[in-house]
Amino acid sequence: MTRLFERWSLDPGLVISILALTLFGIAMIYSAGVVNVPNPVTHDAWIRQSVWFVLALVAFTLLTRVPLRWLEWVALPSYVVSLVLLAATLVVGTGAGTAAGVKSWIQLGPVRFQPSEVSKIATILMLARLLSQREDRLASLRDMIAPSMLVALPLALVMRQPDLGTAMAFVGILFAMLYWAGTPVALLALVASPVASLFLSYDTMVWSAYIVVVILFLYFYRSRLYFFESLMVVLANFAAGTIARPLWNSLAQYQRNRILVFLDPEVDPRNAGYQVIQSKVAIGSGGLLGKGFTEGTQKRFDFLPEQHTDFIFSVVGEELGFLGTALAILAFAWVLTRLIRMAQESPDPFAGLVLLGIFGAWLVHIFVNVGMTVGLVPITGIPLPFVSYGGTFLLMSWVAVAIAVRVAREG
Amino acid sequence: MRIYPPHVRRSRAHGALVITAGFIGLLLAAFFRVQVLGSSTWALRAESNRLRQLPMPSPRGTIYDRNGMILADNVPGYAVTLLPGPPDSIRATLERMARYVDLPPERIDRLVADLRRYGRELVVDADADFEVVSAIEERRSEFPDVYIEMRPRRRYLAGRAASHVLGYVGEITADELGSDDFPEERYEAGAVVGKTGVERQYESTLQGDPGVRYVEVDARGRIVGDFRGVTARPPRSGEDLHLNLDLELQRWIHHIFPDSMRGAVVALDPADGGVLALYSAPTFDPNDFVGGIDASLWRELNTDERTPLFDRSVLGLYPPASTWKLATAGIALDLGVVRPEEYMPEPCTGVFFWGGRPWRCHRRDGHGYNNLAQAIGNSCDVYFYQLGLRIGLDRMLGMATELGFSRRCGVDLPQENQGIFPASRDYWTQVWGYSAREGEALSLAIGQGPNSQTPLKMAQFYVALARDGSAPPPTLAQGIELGEGWSLSLDSASIAALREGLRMVTAPGGTAHLAGTLEHWEVLGKTGTGQNPQSLQGLAPDHAWFAGMVGPFGGDPEIVVVALVEFGRSGSAVAAPIVSKAADFYLRRKHGIPVDTIQTLGEHLRTVGWPRWYRERFGRTQ
Repeated sequence: MTRLFERWSLDPGLVISILALTLFGIAMIYSAGVVNVPNPVTHDAWIRQSVWFVLALVAFTLLTRVPLRWLEWVALPSYVVSLVLLAATLVVGTGAGTAAGVKSWIQLGPVRFQPSEVSKIATILMLARLLSQREDRLASLRDMIAPSMLVALPLALVMRQPDLGTAMAFVGILFAMLYWAGTPVALLALVASPVASLFLSYDTMVWSAYIVVVILFLYFYRSRLYFFESLMVVLANFAAGTIARPLWNSLAQYQRNRILVFLDPEVDPRNAGYQVIQSKVAIGSGGLLGKGFTEGTQKRFDFLPEQHTDFIFSVVGEELGFLGTALAILAFAWVLTRLIRMAQESPDPFAGLVLLGIFGAWLVHIFVNVGMTVGLVPITGIPLPFVSYGGTFLLMSWVAVAIAVRVAREG
Repeated sequence: MRIYPPHVRRSRAHGALVITAGFIGLLLAAFFRVQVLGSSTWALRAESNRLRQLPMPSPRGTIYDRNGMILADNVPGYAVTLLPGPPDSIRATLERMARYVDLPPERIDRLVADLRRYGRELVVDADADFEVVSAIEERRSEFPDVYIEMRPRRRYLAGRAASHVLGYVGEITADELGSDDFPEERYEAGAVVGKTGVERQYESTLQGDPGVRYVEVDARGRIVGDFRGVTARPPRSGEDLHLNLDLELQRWIHHIFPDSMRGAVVALDPADGGVLALYSAPTFDPNDFVGGIDASLWRELNTDERTPLFDRSVLGLYPPASTWKLATAGIALDLGVVRPEEYMPEPCTGVFFWGGRPWRCHRRDGHGYNNLAQAIGNSCDVYFYQLGLRIGLDRMLGMATELGFSRRCGVDLPQENQGIFPASRDYWTQVWGYSAREGEALSLAIGQGPNSQTPLKMAQFYVALARDGSAPPPTLAQGIELGEGWSLSLDSASIAALREGLRMVTAPGGTAHLAGTLEHWEVLGKTGTGQNPQSLQGLAPDHAWFAGMVGPFGGDPEIVVVALVEFGRSGSAVAAPIVSKAADFYLRRKHGIPVDTIQTLGEHLRTVGWPRWYRERFGRTQ
């Protein structure tokens, strides 16, 4: 087996750990179906996931034979096609199961898939191509306009579905790739600063102090920024702080509740806070060693929401305890580390950028998904790579692995 | 390639690793906090999430009669219970259930209101029929939050014969819950408690402690199964209760009491005041109340003009009429204003003149000269008018009050009416608006005037005559002390004279001879004809009383029986046979004589003629 990987010059550490994570995911999906309350959906989800896994391995095998330059060449067409597909979902898209209200899926005969998953990879390739063609590092806000627009297009379409989780993955992709492209960290921080302004504006004193800090920062940083850019950053911060309240008021009650329960789930334990409370109960009651595989009571008696998809990690926590969650988190840490190392070892800019794009997407997926199960992050519908149930997502994640090992080899 | 030299890649990779480590560290810390540091709290929450504590009803104590016969016990029954949930879904479940269970809309409303109020499981049907149980069990998936449990069901073996005295059980009401008698630490909503009679009086004895068990439920409150992990507490059954009551006697009285009549029969044991029988007619079946009485039956029982739920034996107040003459006699003897053998100076001529008006005797041609025994035997009003005058109004009021004619007997039942008897002359001023005249003593002496007593009170009074003049409170439960009672100071000659008077009532020539003559026992008794508002208007007959004490010939009375038949017209014809036959039944069983030939003399005459035992005893036939 190892020789097979070696023949393709694959990265055995990465592939084996992801293989293990996928099998672990199938096992947990199986466990999620072992309940005392019959549920036809979750019952044999693990079989369907296994079928998708086989498909994913086939796709992986095929893609590892594709030369790096093909990927570079296919970036633009696939990006355009993915945009068209994303636009199409807004018209013909359907929801699915627990996410019935969103338009994320496209039905093609018997197959349903999520164009946003395709779009993530297409965007990574496209952005990698764009950034790798630059002769110098990104040094100003103006340099960031083109890459940002490139990501903003699919992001906006995904937000329209609406799929906040995937949208956040796009932000992760953008920042990770900009970072790899040499953008100064301070600049990235300045770009992100209006978001902080948005949240801090709940208290005028805190917000004012924050604005002062931003302006001081811009003053000491003035040599590396155009005056116009500094002005834009300040204005953006002012604007974010100003629109925060009207924006809050324009949110629907359930959206506000989602944010409020993040701060304290007990304010609405029956509705908005329900999922995070039940998830924390499951994880917390798992203790150090867990209740045993398939033995989780929170899961068995249907207290856990979305236990085979977005909240699969709660099942891990309940049944395998801190031992299980820590090992799983460390396994993901290993995967992320491998991606960084692979990028570091690739002299080819395109390869490094693609690897960091995949890193950025997965970091967001892992942190937000795992974090929301313990209330670290507000609840967002976002799956855990390789572990959560979901055909397209598993397939496209494996496609990303294939691309990663391919570009790493050639880069 | 200019912008990606190895050293830049290295520093960038280093930065990315630091960021990754930061995020991963954050996740690990969060999981450590929840799973290792906060584990016990969350584990508790997981338990309470899925485990529902359910009470396991405890069986009530069994009620036995004096012979160890069971009056009330428990049989396995089924209760249909609903786990708490959102009111809307509970309502939907109830409405679906209404197809199989008798659930009128008002009952559904009440159950939903209970749910809001207590937020605990609802007993939909505390006593479900087997058909209902199987209908629900067959549709398990339709009723996931319903469970059917075995719970002890009260059974009254005496049925209608001992309904009023035993009472019945029912679900605790909102008002009862948390009251002094039903403290919240012992009772929960849905508990089955005694409502009336002995069941209510001895509720705290009979009630056990409910146990606790756990079921596992899912997120929507549907029962998934029983849970055995946590130590369930088994229910502790209530204590048994032994009564002085005689079930067979109670049944016999129910059997012989005329179906069409209303009234009460009280039988007391003169030895200790034990209640041998306490019967009220018409009656009802307490088994109908178990598990909630049918609404239409409840309406019917409450609107029936015969008031079957009303316990006439302890709540009914009737003018005691001539049966009270013994009280007059007892008071006079106690005060020493008359000697038993003494004849009243004024002979009975059918009328007695006092205070400028005639006071009539019920016998128009008079009884002539009477001593005490004769006066009782003849029920001579004129004798008692004179006795009343000797006692005097004030002393009569004082003594009667002392004997408890305006108080309760203190029987161990939750409800008992006190008799109506003036405590002092103020009564007339307050009630009638005029000051009492001495002549009131004349009316009171013959049991008329403002005097109404319960059958139980009259029985208690006759117990004193069957004993040495003292009367313990009537007692239902064995082995309890209800207090001293009261006492008349009568010497044996006085007692003998009073009993002799009562004997004359049933002796040949006495008014109750036919009804009060039995083969094996001697009946001493007094008839009474109680005028009532309807009978005074000529709309209905008088109430019929007979108060008797019965025992072996030449011995002390062993049972006191009082019968009151509303509108029975004649104490001797209607009430006396009930007393005789009730006492006969009790004494025959007590003394080992077969009970298959119980007949009064009158019944013998109507069927086969003079019985041989009559000739043997009296040497002649009339």
